Amino acid sequence: MTLELSRLHRRFAGFQALDDVSLSIAPGEFLALLGPSGSGKTTLLRILAGLDYPDSGSVHNDGENFLAQPARERRIGMVFQHYALFRHLTVVENIAFGLRVRPWRLRPSRGEIRARVDRLLRRVQLEGMGARYPAQLSGGQRQRVALARALAVEPDMLLLDEPFGALDAQVRVTLRRWLRELHEELELTTVFVTHDQEEALELADRVAVMNNGRIEQVGTPEVIYQQPATPFVCEFIGKVNRFNVWSGNQGFAAGSWSLHDDPWQGRYTEAVAYVRPEQLRLAAPASQPAWEARLRHIYLAGSVAHLDLYVASLDLSLEADVASEDLSRLGLQAGMELRVAPRGAVLFPLDRDGRPLSAERWIWQARSPVPA
Amino acid sequence: MRRRVLPGFGISLGYALAYLGLIVLLPLAALAWKASGIGVEGLLRLLSSPRTLAALRLSVVGAVVAALVNAVIGLLVGWVLVRYRFPGRRLFDALVDLPFALPTAVAGIALTTLYAPNGWLGQWLEPLGIKVAYTPLGVFVAMVFVGFPFVVRTLQPVLASLERDVEEAAESLGAQRWQTFFRVILPMLAPALLTGFALALARAVGEYGSVIFIAGNIPMRSEIAPLLIVQKLEQFDYAGAAALGVAMLAISFALLVLVSLLQRWSHRWQERSL
Repeated sequence: MTLELSRLHRRFAGFQALDDVSLSIAPGEFLALLGPSGSGKTTLLRILAGLDYPDSGSVHNDGENFLAQPARERRIGMVFQHYALFRHLTVVENIAFGLRVRPWRLRPSRGEIRARVDRLLRRVQLEGMGARYPAQLSGGQRQRVALARALAVEPDMLLLDEPFGALDAQVRVTLRRWLRELHEELELTTVFVTHDQEEALELADRVAVMNNGRIEQVGTPEVIYQQPATPFVCEFIGKVNRFNVWSGNQGFAAGSWSLHDDPWQGRYTEAVAYVRPEQLRLAAPASQPAWEARLRHIYLAGSVAHLDLYVASLDLSLEADVASEDLSRLGLQAGMELRVAPRGAVLFPLDRDGRPLSAERWIWQARSPVPA
Repeated sequence: MRRRVLPGFGISLGYALAYLGLIVLLPLAALAWKASGIGVEGLLRLLSSPRTLAALRLSVVGAVVAALVNAVIGLLVGWVLVRYRFPGRRLFDALVDLPFALPTAVAGIALTTLYAPNGWLGQWLEPLGIKVAYTPLGVFVAMVFVGFPFVVRTLQPVLASLERDVEEAAESLGAQRWQTFFRVILPMLAPALLTGFALALARAVGEYGSVIFIAGNIPMRSEIAPLLIVQKLEQFDYAGAAALGVAMLAISFALLVLVSLLQRWSHRWQERSL
């Protein structure tokens, strides 16, 4: 099924949850709706599930009006944020629920239901747990019961609301990989909502970044990470250094570092630049423009070290990431002075009121990238 | 004994048991001792008299039916009060407690005035051939009235804590509204519903003040067991009164144990949690 969401608006008392949202969802695709809380991502998911309706706009499924179908007829498997398991039913009864409530003509026989539930229990690795009640399961197990219950009705599409939100870090990573494998096996269209950008980038084929009820950008994880379309996407995805650059006679520059270029041909005098921590060169040769920065502190976080740099001439704090094993190779020590220059940046010009213009984005790359 | 994090287990348990013994068990023991005064033969004769049997039947059957009606109506009222927002909701909510607050005699007189053949409601029911006051139906009406708040008040917090997403899950799995109600909502409410039922039942079985005014107290017809006890007391037949009391106690206890077993079964999913 191909879903076409077109110009959806949804307003709750005093707050615009969805503001002109259009999106298409291809069959078999794994799509993440990513955004901070209140960005409208859960509202969008609930509209797809038939649990909420837009004030205006349409959703079509292969040309058919999807919104006209009640939730129970949409062939959708929904996994709720807090799982919403039936706590008075055992694991087996929970999973079988969707089959047992069918009208008797469509209901599989008892034996068939039992067989299907057993298959699902094996698939979600909960064999032997069938007779337990939800209160007797751990968070990760409840999550998998919720998933099995949603899959039991053989849906055309799986919707997951913050599927890993309530789990601890270790279980989260394991379940994430497992869900990805399951998706590849079942080839089921899957849409999930998350506020965790790492989760979205790792799992999804495509990510829709949402903010204030609008979709800021839709694209593959690579595109979202490397070519962010708006300042919001820059700041929301990954860590990023942000500073302003001004137009001079050699193109845009900030202090002693210069871009030597101006794609806007003098139309703007100021722009905001975003540079990822791994895009900072730490020992720039004297021939290249760079900043004099002091290395204030080294935060070792396992395989990566975060460097806290301070450019005194601009009163600018920067964060740079290097591989931990490179620390000694580069002779890095807290307190030392370094020549620092970005290897790449995403820039947005600022209009007269100081608002960044997303449509005029400039992705800048240093001309001869030399590894740091 | 293992060390516990919470202090004072020994003293609080001892206090609780002593209090329970003093307030509940001691009077009951005295009742049983007093009742033994009439002997086995006297007890059998008393309990097998048609008048006693009729009174006991009216008290017990009336109370069970009244509690059942209260369970259904109470569920409905609780549902409306928790799920919907409407003008006057808080006032309506406060009114639920009225049967608790009213002196039972006042309630009895008010009900009698309403349902008497020339009362506000009675004058319309009379031509239809429905007599409420001075009949077993009147007894039942009074029992429904006094037991009403129990079911509403025990259900309200549970209804309020029911998660919306569980109902949404049921719907998205294909359940019709009635299936969601009977397969999801009702089983989750059952423990609280049974608690309310048991409380309403206990109240109705023992109710005296409000019932005697509307009942008319016609022997063999609209006479309740507590009234028989009072009559025996007035005739200084203390042993007979105590024996009747013991009989009622035994019946009530059996009913409450039954309800409590049902409740344990309906709550089985919360027992052995991790």
